[in-house]
Amino acid sequence: MERVEIVTEELGTEPDGTRKHTMMLNMGPQHPSTHGVLRVVLYLDGEKVKEAVPHIGYLHRGIEKLCEDITYQKCLPYTDRMDYLASICNNIGFILAVEKLLGIEDEIPERAKVAEVIMFELGRIESHLIGIGANAMDLGAMTAFLFCFKERERIYEILEMVCGARLTTSYPRVGGLPMDLPEDFSDTIRNFLNIFPKTLNEIDSLLTRNKIWIDRTKGVAVISKEQAIDLGITGPILRGSGVPYDLRKAVPYLDYENYEFDIPVANEGDAYARYLCRMEEMRQSLRIIEQALDNLPDGPYIADLPDIVLPEKELVYTKMESLIRHFVLVYNGFETPPGEIYHAVENPKGELGYYIVSDGTGKPYRMRVRGPSFVNLQALPDMVKGGFVSDVVAAIGSIDIVLGEVDR
Amino acid sequence: MTSPPDPFDQIRERISGYILSESTFRGEISFAVGAESIVECCSLLKNTLGFTYLVDVTVVDYLTVKFPRYEVVYLLHRFGENYEENLRIRLKVALEQDDPAIDSVTPVWSGANWLEREAYDMFGITFRGHPDPRRILMPEDYDQFPLRKDFDVRDRESSKRSFERALDEGLE
Repeated sequence: MERVEIVTEELGTEPDGTRKHTMMLNMGPQHPSTHGVLRVVLYLDGEKVKEAVPHIGYLHRGIEKLCEDITYQKCLPYTDRMDYLASICNNIGFILAVEKLLGIEDEIPERAKVAEVIMFELGRIESHLIGIGANAMDLGAMTAFLFCFKERERIYEILEMVCGARLTTSYPRVGGLPMDLPEDFSDTIRNFLNIFPKTLNEIDSLLTRNKIWIDRTKGVAVISKEQAIDLGITGPILRGSGVPYDLRKAVPYLDYENYEFDIPVANEGDAYARYLCRMEEMRQSLRIIEQALDNLPDGPYIADLPDIVLPEKELVYTKMESLIRHFVLVYNGFETPPGEIYHAVENPKGELGYYIVSDGTGKPYRMRVRGPSFVNLQALPDMVKGGFVSDVVAAIGSIDIVLGEVDR
Repeated sequence: MTSPPDPFDQIRERISGYILSESTFRGEISFAVGAESIVECCSLLKNTLGFTYLVDVTVVDYLTVKFPRYEVVYLLHRFGENYEENLRIRLKVALEQDDPAIDSVTPVWSGANWLEREAYDMFGITFRGHPDPRRILMPEDYDQFPLRKDFDVRDRESSKRSFERALDEGLE
């Protein structure tokens, strides 16, 4: 409470002679609806927001700096810790960037690519569930949040089954998958595909025509198409403002051009439009997963590239040559051609780009992460200006930020 | 997707006055541009050539590898008609070691605001004419630029000073 203070900026005089001032209100960094450690300083005229200034950096760990001193394989676990609600998507984005740098995209086996698409879309659903659920809970709809979390648990179980970890997946490897998919992979995913649409419909029936939800989100935190492009916003926020831009279609990776899916677009640019986009995107993700599962081929799961891929564990224990190769790869990493690449993927929250500058050694000379949440959060002051304090909560929830990625 | 006339030729022709050199790696095209003409070049690219979306602004510190030391990198995207073209180019501006400064592109794309603030915070590049030239991730009274290659990661003094100051302020 002692952090609330009055800033003596005069706003005018009331009819009875009392003078009005703006009030500075500190929201966060410890506030349940700031989704982590975001601090927003609000300048208020009564309940109206005159100015909002976000302060970030409370979760800054210097991932870009850390990655300069370690080999490419060892950078992978750091990417988990950026957008930790969809760590699998960060992982795959990074792996694809390194594969592009090495120029080995064509050598990746089909099975690995299709599995990565499935995992990527599961990550998208997982992230959107939290995005919608947390947004709804901030506005008082606790039930929708519980429904979302229940489904997310199912996705975590699949992730655990495939890569052994629930949150920090560190899953694919440069060249493919670290191990073959588990035997009951297809059945588990099909089971999920059967159950999930029902819950999605339940969430839909709880929120989409809910009067309170509509009152709290429709016409709130509006951002126009021109503003959104000017600010460099991506993801559901940009699509909610009427721009059908999705990297899966625009600059396809992982053979996304072979899948049939639509890009949901809404024109209103408010929190409700973003919610609708996220809901529809989950349905489209299910379509993609279904197609991918039908086409999941057998065969190798990792590329046959001895200079890049670690040898099989069994060979490391039994063959001298494999042991040496394993040692060299872990110690020095694989050599990369000198050059620089930028590779972006359509993360659940927007464009996640990796800009890697290589000097020819096994460690990135510079690794820049273009996090979608970081750029999207820039829109917050524009979204909340002139609105009520309670709309700030709706706005932050609808941007769907993860501070791990904002601060990196 | 590429129609017979190469879209890059048109771009090259229109901004040829600004381009110092050009390179392509893995199909990604980069143009080196002079520091003094970056805002002019960017407004031309945005207003005439349709690069309405600024993807990223970042810096690479080449310390001893290359001269001049810093390189500011701009990544631009063009949606094209009906959002179907999706063309990307990269602009690179080399900056000297002493007092690196460049004009801000925030008047062209307001999204450059935080990206340039981060570039300043991490590398100490001054963006002239930036509307809000504060640090963004590091504490406001921090006096180092952590992503520079000559930053001493073992030197905790500056972080300690900020931390102690914050503690003192909290106790008041």
